[in-house]
Formats: sequence, structure tokens, C-alpha cells
Amino acid sequence: MVFMSPIFKHGPSPQHRLLLVLFCSGLLIFFDHAIGSFETSRGYLQSLVSPLQYLATAPKKMMSWTGENLSSRSKLIEENQQYKIEKLLLKEQLMKLETLEKENNRLRLLLSSPLRQKTKKMVAEVISVDSDPYTHQIVINRGANDGVYEGQPVIDDQGIVGQVQNVGTISSRVILITDVTHAVPVRINRNGVRLIASGMGQVDKLTHNFVPHSYDVEVGDKLVTSGLGGKYPEGYPISEVLHVNKDETRAFSQIYSKPVAKIDRLRYLLLLWTKTIPEVEAKNEAIIDSVKEGKE
Amino acid sequence: MLAHNGIIILLTLLLALIATIIPMPLSVDAFRPDWVMVVVAYWCLACPSRVNIITAWIVGFLLDVLLGSVLGVHAASLAISVYVIADNFQKIRNFSVWQQSIIVGLVTVLYHLLVFWIQRFLSDAVFLPSYIYPAITTAILWPWAFLLLRKIRRHFKIK
Repeated sequence: MVFMSPIFKHGPSPQHRLLLVLFCSGLLIFFDHAIGSFETSRGYLQSLVSPLQYLATAPKKMMSWTGENLSSRSKLIEENQQYKIEKLLLKEQLMKLETLEKENNRLRLLLSSPLRQKTKKMVAEVISVDSDPYTHQIVINRGANDGVYEGQPVIDDQGIVGQVQNVGTISSRVILITDVTHAVPVRINRNGVRLIASGMGQVDKLTHNFVPHSYDVEVGDKLVTSGLGGKYPEGYPISEVLHVNKDETRAFSQIYSKPVAKIDRLRYLLLLWTKTIPEVEAKNEAIIDSVKEGKE
Repeated sequence: MLAHNGIIILLTLLLALIATIIPMPLSVDAFRPDWVMVVVAYWCLACPSRVNIITAWIVGFLLDVLLGSVLGVHAASLAISVYVIADNFQKIRNFSVWQQSIIVGLVTVLYHLLVFWIQRFLSDAVFLPSYIYPAITTAILWPWAFLLLRKIRRHFKIK
């Protein structure tokens, strides 16, 4: 290429270029937002840019790695002890749960309703959080290679975090429950009243639209997923009611709740598979058989 | 674009993209300067025959993919704001670095307003003054980035 003096214009003028790119972006925005025709190509684009995302998190990873490796012996011992105590407590709870689960299965069988099934789970790590203030999304280090699928529920140790939006090969994008475009069907744990939790674009607030004044909702009520949308499994905690305003001059009551998951401090997440796995199904059948034999 | 050490231009653009998505504490995040804006603006002023509105649009498109926004939002905004610089590059080049940093700051304000307007049009985004804060840090960043990038350009003899 010969050096071209910028004094003499060549190629299309800036105005033409601008018109061209504006036309292209108009088309992109229309097809992506209004029709949503980029859902599959987004997955490819996600795999294309995931090296950049891994590079961007490398410094932070290295820092936390050195931090972990340089932590003192006494601190490690202390932590270890804490974990042991925690494990003991959890195991005790698990023992109780196991008997309860068996009892529940027996009762469900008596009512001839389907048994609750165990699901596959996988731990994922957050590799990037969007700096864009308009969307609440994160990128995790699991992708199509690990069997992640679109619409898959994601939780942390406290409750529901969101669902998988685009799947790349080695990473995928998760939309959080606090995103403006996201909503979850929920019910109140206390009395089973059904609501919908929609994001407001704030990390600590969810809103519930179209709730009649007659509904029994109180501050402090725990909300869990109702499983009605078919996306999230039933019974996972999602938020706690923060504010109820039953102003009769408005058509509906105003209700806000606070997510129980630490949306602004996510690091390790759990991916849930809502579709059943053959081996679990086999185990379930074995349970049914044993329960039936017990009955006879 | 790759001739005459053009790969260096690409590298700086990629580094700017990485700097845009590098994780940061929430309090500092609001003040994250627009690295992409600074780098694209510099190359637009220095080599207008190689980096132009189309380049800005492509980088903006990558930004859309990285940030997970609706495809084309950042692309269009970046292209329009860079157009202001590309159309006046001969004037802006002759300004002192400080005057340039004011202009880049204003263009960044325009960029963020454009992004907000499109988002407002697509979803019910609410305007917060904090969306404009990056313009301040971008203006402060410009002189240093300008000197660094000029050094790179002269060292690699990029024309």
C-alpha cells in the first residue's frame, strides 16, 4: 500500500460511510431486538469473543490465585475447622431430609402423584460481569461442551440467580433475575399465592406487577419459584418481600422484593438440569418399587 | 489495513476492548474510561486513511457482543461519535493536547447519550447522571493515551 496523503480524499466520503453503517446498525437492531433472529448466531459470536473474556479476567484470576496460595497456615486450619463444623451440621440436616424425602415419596405415591426427581448439577464460575449499566448479564465458564443449554436455570448458594441466555462452546451468557427484560413466576412460601417477579435493572430490587389489593402479601414473606413457567424447577428461594403499598387509589398494589442471591457478589454458581437423567430415573423407579413392596 | 505494521493498530484496539470488560469493583466501574473511544479516536486522527467510521462500527459491534447489549447499539453510537472526529480530523489535529482532551470528553458525552437514547427507545431505561461520568475520566486519560499511542506509532512507523 502506498502512503496516501490524507489531504486528498479517496474512497467513499465520511458521510456515505456513516449512512452505510447507520443503515447496517438499524437493520441489526431491528433484527436482534424486534425479531430476535440472532439467537443462534449470538452463540457463535459468544464463542468468538470468549478468548477476550478469558484474557480480561486473567489478571484478577492470577491475583486471587496468589492470594489463595499465600494465605497463612493458621488461617487455613481455621477455615478447615469451620468447614468441618459446617459439614457436620449440613450432614445432620441431610439425614433428616432423607427420611423426610422417603416419607414424602411414600405419601405422594399414596396420592398417586408423580415423584419429585433428582436433577444433575454442575458448578460454574463467573468469568465476566458486564460493565454496561443497561443489562444485567454475566458470563460463566461453561458452554455447549459441558452440556449447557439455553434457558437453563442458574442458582448460587442462596437462591435463583438467572437463566442461560446464549450458549457458546466454552462459555455462556446468563441473564440475571434483576434484568429489566426478565421475569420469574413465583409463589409466597407462607400461603402459596402466585406472583410474578420482574427485574427493574437494580441489583437489590424486584417488582411484582398486577397484584390485586385483596392478595395476602406481607413484608418479610419469602418467595420461591412456582415452577409454572417450566423454566425454573419448583421451590427454590428467590426473594423476600421488602415493601407493600396497598394504596386503594391505584389499580394494583405496589410490591417490591429483595433477591436472596447475592446478585452483586456472584462468583461460584450452580447450573441445574431440569430434564431428568436416565440413571436418576432408574433410581426413582427403584424407590417406587421398594415403596410398593413395603406397602404390600 | 494490515500493511505497514497495521497489526499494531489491531492489537491496540483489542487491548482497548479487553480494558473495557476487565472486572473492576462496582464503585470504580462507573468511572471506567472509554478505552475503545480513546484508541479509535487517536487512530482516526493519526491515520484517517486506515482507521475510519467503518473500523469504529466493527469495534462497536464487538463491544455489543462483549457487553451483551442489543446488536448494533454501541456500533451505531460509536460510529456517529467517531464521525464527528473523522470529519474534522484536520482541525482537531492542530489543537493542543488539552483542547483535544476537552473535545474527546464532549464526544464521549455524545456517545453515552446516544447509547442511552437507543436503549431508552428499545427498553424503558431511566437516565442516571452516572452514565456520563466516564466522559470525565476519558478526558483525563486522553493526554496520556495520546502520548503513549504517538510513541507506539512513531516506533513502529505506522502511517
